[in-house]
Amino acid sequence: MPSPTVSLQTATTIPPALKRPAGSRSSWSFLIDITVFLFVMAAIYGLYAVGHTWLGPVPAQVEISQSPRALPLYALYSLVRLGLAYLLSLAFALAYGYAAARSKAAETVLVPLLDILQSIPVLSFLPGVMLAMVALFPNSQLGIELGSIVLIFTGQVWNIAFSFYSSLKSIPRELREAAIIYRFGRWQRFVELDLPYSTIGLVWNSMMSVAGGWFFLMACEMFVLGKRDFRLPGLGSYLQTAASNGDTRAILWGLAAMVAVIVILDQLIWRPVIVWADKFKFEQVETAKATTHNLLDFLGRASFVILIFRVAVRPVMDWITVSLAAGAARAAATFSAPKRKTTRRSLLITLAAVIFVGLGFAVYHAAGELSDLHRADYFTLLRSAGLTFLRVNGALLIGAIWTVPVGVAIGFSPRLVRIAQPLVQLAASIPATALFPIILLFLIRLPAGFEIAAMLLMLLGTQWYILFNVIAGAMAIPTDLKEASKIFRFGSWDRWRRLILPGIFPYLITGMVTASGGAWNASIIAEYFHFQGGIVSTTGLGSAISGASDAGRFDLLLASTLIMATIVVLINRLVWRRLYRLAATRFKLET
Amino acid sequence: MSTPSAVEAPIIEARKLEKFYAQPDGSRIQVIAATDLAVYPGQIIALLGPSGCGKSTLLRMLTGLSPASAGSVYWHGEPVRDGSPNVSIVFQSFALFPWLTVLENVEAPLEARGMASIDRHKRALRIIDAVGLDGFESAYPKELSGGMKQRVGVARALVVEPEVLFMDEPFSALDVLTAETLRGELLELWLGHKIPTRAIFIVTHNIEEAVILADRVVVLGRNPAHIHADFIVDMPHPRDHKSSSFVELVDTIYRVLTRPDHEHDSAPPKSAAPGKPLQAKAIMLPHTRPGGMAGLLEILQDQGGKADLHKLADDLALEVDALLPTIDTAVLLGMLRLAEGDAFITPDGQAFAQGDIQSRKAMFRKAALAHIPLLCQMQNALKAKSDRTLSDEFFRDLLDEHFSEDESRRQLETAIQWGRYAEIFDYDAATGKLTLTEA
Repeated sequence: MPSPTVSLQTATTIPPALKRPAGSRSSWSFLIDITVFLFVMAAIYGLYAVGHTWLGPVPAQVEISQSPRALPLYALYSLVRLGLAYLLSLAFALAYGYAAARSKAAETVLVPLLDILQSIPVLSFLPGVMLAMVALFPNSQLGIELGSIVLIFTGQVWNIAFSFYSSLKSIPRELREAAIIYRFGRWQRFVELDLPYSTIGLVWNSMMSVAGGWFFLMACEMFVLGKRDFRLPGLGSYLQTAASNGDTRAILWGLAAMVAVIVILDQLIWRPVIVWADKFKFEQVETAKATTHNLLDFLGRASFVILIFRVAVRPVMDWITVSLAAGAARAAATFSAPKRKTTRRSLLITLAAVIFVGLGFAVYHAAGELSDLHRADYFTLLRSAGLTFLRVNGALLIGAIWTVPVGVAIGFSPRLVRIAQPLVQLAASIPATALFPIILLFLIRLPAGFEIAAMLLMLLGTQWYILFNVIAGAMAIPTDLKEASKIFRFGSWDRWRRLILPGIFPYLITGMVTASGGAWNASIIAEYFHFQGGIVSTTGLGSAISGASDAGRFDLLLASTLIMATIVVLINRLVWRRLYRLAATRFKLET
Repeated sequence: MSTPSAVEAPIIEARKLEKFYAQPDGSRIQVIAATDLAVYPGQIIALLGPSGCGKSTLLRMLTGLSPASAGSVYWHGEPVRDGSPNVSIVFQSFALFPWLTVLENVEAPLEARGMASIDRHKRALRIIDAVGLDGFESAYPKELSGGMKQRVGVARALVVEPEVLFMDEPFSALDVLTAETLRGELLELWLGHKIPTRAIFIVTHNIEEAVILADRVVVLGRNPAHIHADFIVDMPHPRDHKSSSFVELVDTIYRVLTRPDHEHDSAPPKSAAPGKPLQAKAIMLPHTRPGGMAGLLEILQDQGGKADLHKLADDLALEVDALLPTIDTAVLLGMLRLAEGDAFITPDGQAFAQGDIQSRKAMFRKAALAHIPLLCQMQNALKAKSDRTLSDEFFRDLLDEHFSEDESRRQLETAIQWGRYAEIFDYDAATGKLTLTEA
């Protein structure tokens, strides 16, 4: 496997003068134009292919081909789902974050709500969302496609929304005042202050969200609901089918395709975007090492791209800003300020009232459903919750136990960091759900094989977050502290106890918080799985959720989902948030 | 320079402008006492005072950024409501948008006014040229030095041709030489009538800066903020730092700046806003660490126990802002006496300066308990508890009755610093618990 970052770093060391031979400049830019043009053509064809299948009628039985030749198209289908879900998430997150940051009234409701929504296990929505979407579009594939998109959306939107909200809240006061004193309208403020200030946070959270999106995508491309069998052509269904058939060759092809897509996405999208986002860093001095990126240079030099930007994007943005500014000025002249406020307030009150009525209605019905359940059902659910709790925390513990020494070893050695970091990144980006059928193939024959596989899935989904953070934490321990521990001849136990563990503590906690939420979510797949025509399962809350949706028991599904959400919220509040605060105050390394 | 004439009407006039925070129990925390202030055309006004005294709040009320609690601001005799007057602010931190180029930054206010692209360009380029930034139009702010950044800030402020240019400590984030250069350039633009701006209002804590630039220096007193003195600077430009009239004025202002705290200490405070009854008295602790005071007293001791404050600040290369809180601390603890701009060390102060680490702590403890009611109160409250422990929240609530939320947090931080040094109590930052130190 070529390690992506290394090649990038070697490229950056080339001085700019060498990169741009003056003579061949025009022929280069011509080639670049052609390449960009071809890409656009390919994208248009892709859209056409996707639209064709989506709007086509539902075939009686979707056959997932096992030929490697089907893979490019399957990868495209998966990517389009992911991309649309991400765009939807981004738009929603921007609106949500903006509303929460701008309106005091909205903030009091939206921020706690965000916290809860973040903790609800997305996969328990799967049956409900799918059935609703299929009912909406009974005659085309569009229903299932939209269902999967909505599902991925619910998995990736919240952290983006929270990131945008907290960025908006942390805009420095003088910048805000400058926008007011120079009379920026809402739009200008949004594009020239709010959005740029939040860009870096949005980019990192988008990367995390899309990685998480793969996880859900794999799960929802192929699943069974009662007697109905939903299949969407894509990488996830390819892998699941291959594993079900025990077809090793197809498994390897599928994995290779998946890794290739992830690497390409990383190289063609995320890395250029990260470099581009560097422009939005809010700092007063330029850092010594400026980051550059080949592709970004490449695109920046394509006269085609520059032309589009000059002719289309700039003037349009300009026109919007100026006309909105003029509109705002006119509005200010004609309307008296107090009147506008009252209409807005009454609108807000109406909106709140509608939401509350809707909420009350939902709670009433939910309570009706829940009261149908017997006490024995609740007892079983709680016992299952206990088992899942043990599994989740077992997986977390195992994850922490192996990642801490390994992460510290990597973080302390610059050479290892260079080798390991891209590999870890790659490993982390392969969704555990894609690997799960393959793992099962090997483990299912062992005694308690499914139990082991379930833990392994949770571990796979979570350990990378911890490892990443531990490496970052170990790298952040200042050299003079390491030297001090050497001078005072700390033994290795003292070194760990006094220097390393406190040093990586905040990072470890950050990793564990994310991992914990992820593991609970993973339990829904890990404890109950359709495999080789049958169902393998073990007792647990995740299994209860999957089982209930399989059997169409809405009451059980609701109860188990609520229990899981409550547990996750409680653990966050009682354990992680406190540890987080401790990490932020006592164990913060200030240099 | 044109002198203010009684005939010309003020551009901005603040009448009985106040800022306070209403408390749940109906009382108020007064931040700015009722203040009258007028900005006349053709003037540079400097608003001078130690940091945290409410200068910036006053500026923000005058520009409409922050609403007044009482009183109002008039623009050419009309009351201001929505911050619509044509003003600009040059910020201390520059407040440039790092993702926009110099040109885009300067164009942004014009864009907000709906000006067409070509006109925007022309005007922005003209002003960029005027402040000496040509050649940097397409640079991003992070590529520029501090001085260049503030030039962009000035260009952005001037591009809308504000009637009054407000500057909030515009040069205090710059090094001394750069600040000097920028002040010169500002004067050049102003005196040469190269900008259509009719008045400049500058907030500063640097006395010399005020005297160099301004036609009028308004000195702000503290707690709550009020106009303490108003000087007309009637010296021709360029002004000479070393000339006797310059030095004399700086000295006078120094004396005025240090006076209120002196009176505060000796007699019941009467320096607050005239005609306004004072709220429950609470001595405001200057935000210093005990270590700084020891250094100051040692220097004074070396200089024979007496020093001219202005000269002292000059010798130590400290701005008034850095020195005043330390002096306040020493005065508050009875280690220093101020008279007419001179500082005298008291016998207690001498003993402190000569003491070793442990005896200094003992002396500090004695002085603190004798002179600072808050620390006394804290000690008594802790003594009253059987486990000798109280949460910092408890004291914060007490302070909240007298100070704004931010201020009471800072007050408590300072009190905890001093109390720990004096070994009155221990403090565990993780739990927020204060525990009485057992003697």
